[in-house]
Amino acid sequence: MTDTADIATGGRVGVYSRAFIGLLARDTRVLRRDFIAFLLRTVMNPILFTFVFAFVFPKIGEQFHPVGRADFATILVPGLIAVAMIFQGIAAVALPLVNEFGRTREIEDRVMAPLPVAGVALEKIVFGAMQSIVAALVVFPVVAVIPATPVTIQVASWPLLVGVLLLAALISGAFGLAIGTLFRPQQVPLIFSIIVIPITFLGCVYYPWELLSPLPVLRYAVLVNPVVYISEGLRAALTPEVPHMPPVVFLGAMAGMLILLIAIAIPLFVRRVKS
Amino acid sequence: MVSANNSAPAILIEQLVKRYVGSKVPAVDGIDLEVHRGEIFGLLGPNGAGKTTSIGVCTTRVNATSGRVRVVGVDVAAAPALVKRFIGVVTQYSTLDRSLTAFENLVFHARYFGAGRREARRRAQSLLERFQLADSARRMPDQLSGGMAQRLQIARAIGHGPLVLFLDEPTAGLDPQSRLSLWDLVRELREEGTTILLTTHNMAEADELSDRVAIIDHGRILVCDTPAQLKQLTPAATEIHLVVRQVPTQLLAALRALPGVDSAVAEGDGIRILAADRGGLLQEVVEAAHGHELRHVSIQQPTLETVFIKLTGRALRD
Repeated sequence: MTDTADIATGGRVGVYSRAFIGLLARDTRVLRRDFIAFLLRTVMNPILFTFVFAFVFPKIGEQFHPVGRADFATILVPGLIAVAMIFQGIAAVALPLVNEFGRTREIEDRVMAPLPVAGVALEKIVFGAMQSIVAALVVFPVVAVIPATPVTIQVASWPLLVGVLLLAALISGAFGLAIGTLFRPQQVPLIFSIIVIPITFLGCVYYPWELLSPLPVLRYAVLVNPVVYISEGLRAALTPEVPHMPPVVFLGAMAGMLILLIAIAIPLFVRRVKS
Repeated sequence: MVSANNSAPAILIEQLVKRYVGSKVPAVDGIDLEVHRGEIFGLLGPNGAGKTTSIGVCTTRVNATSGRVRVVGVDVAAAPALVKRFIGVVTQYSTLDRSLTAFENLVFHARYFGAGRREARRRAQSLLERFQLADSARRMPDQLSGGMAQRLQIARAIGHGPLVLFLDEPTAGLDPQSRLSLWDLVRELREEGTTILLTTHNMAEADELSDRVAIIDHGRILVCDTPAQLKQLTPAATEIHLVVRQVPTQLLAALRALPGVDSAVAEGDGIRILAADRGGLLQEVVEAAHGHELRHVSIQQPTLETVFIKLTGRALRD
């Protein structure tokens, strides 16, 4: 047994962080194997959406009204990136987790890694966030190139863009963890109909939040939706000429939502793992 | 620097109680148990006796309602992440990573336990060879036979050199040949110094494999000793099994009335009689069964199952 003895030795921080990195390496390996599938599920929605509404529509003489100086294609850019990012939380964290908990019970092995169970949950969030960033980078050229009319992108502040992307990515991972822990395998179709579709359509993806002012109830009701802040935040960072919330509002709301999601999802995960 | 206590028993369970939420009956109802270093310890009992729950607590996956469990001297409730370094776990069902090949299952397990990339691959390769899985290195878990998947689970569980290995019903669902080769493997691990706690509802497995056995039923430990000692517990020296068309109660009563018969219990398609080794008894038993369409008679030495029946009045496998 000298061959395999005593791997996990050393201080607590060292053992925990090596286990955490090992879990990240495992998830990265699986993502690399399924990279084509990842690309397809990530770019399909934005490609078709921009193709139909920002290419076909203008060509056949249908147009959405421009907002200020920005036309519809420009408005779509941040929104579709926001949707792609939040969707990764569902696809990369929630759906695999639902299976690992329910069908294959693989999670019972993953949590035997030598770190606290909360660390396993945190790894899910971090990995979801990483995948969410990759999705944003993949989707950006798609939504910027396809439209018939040129889109106007200007990064006013790089730190703002990076901050928004990081917060959005972590929210996506934490959101995915919460959903993956709450739903059972047979409820997966429900995830799409009661979570994915509503947060997309009511996420200020296709219109800036300010334009909802004629509908005050809806305008305030959508504020529970994290996608609203991600869309608005990316709008401020990428297309500043389109009306958007002030940074202090969306950054504050994103930070608050992230903390709330983590505070809910991690204990839920721990409770589901330990009976 | 935290470490295992070298002089502590492999597993020490004190007054363990586990009551699941919403369940009136406790799954584990006050268990005390000490597993020594380097032994194969068998927990024998029927399904639902509390074996898996006990293992669950020892392996940090189930929170005890009360009582205390220490593995190599470390309290599982106080320091679960530390305990996980010293144990390997094979659950009843496969928890192999379905998204990874057999080889990668072993590689990433080693990495969770801190091995570097190259070291992890080296260990994985040597485990594959040792467990005769080298030809299946690139297969996904769903493409492995039951016996191979179980070997891979064990290979993975010992990949980080655990001090204590937990095997929950390791041979359930395996064909006889895979079962025997798994037994060899378990003995080999014990030879190398690994302590093994296994649960089983198969009395032959407990008898063949274990240095000591605890018989568990309804969340309580009934007896705990070496298989040989346990078999001394039953005064019966012979076990007679009758297969009859039906089991009328008057037949049971007649059999129980025979001198030397300790008990006669209806079981499945027949009757199990525990009796003293008395000349002429078999003759009398057959005569008593006359008119009941006796189809088969067998006699055997008492087994751990005999002990279980003696203790609980029920057969192990219902």
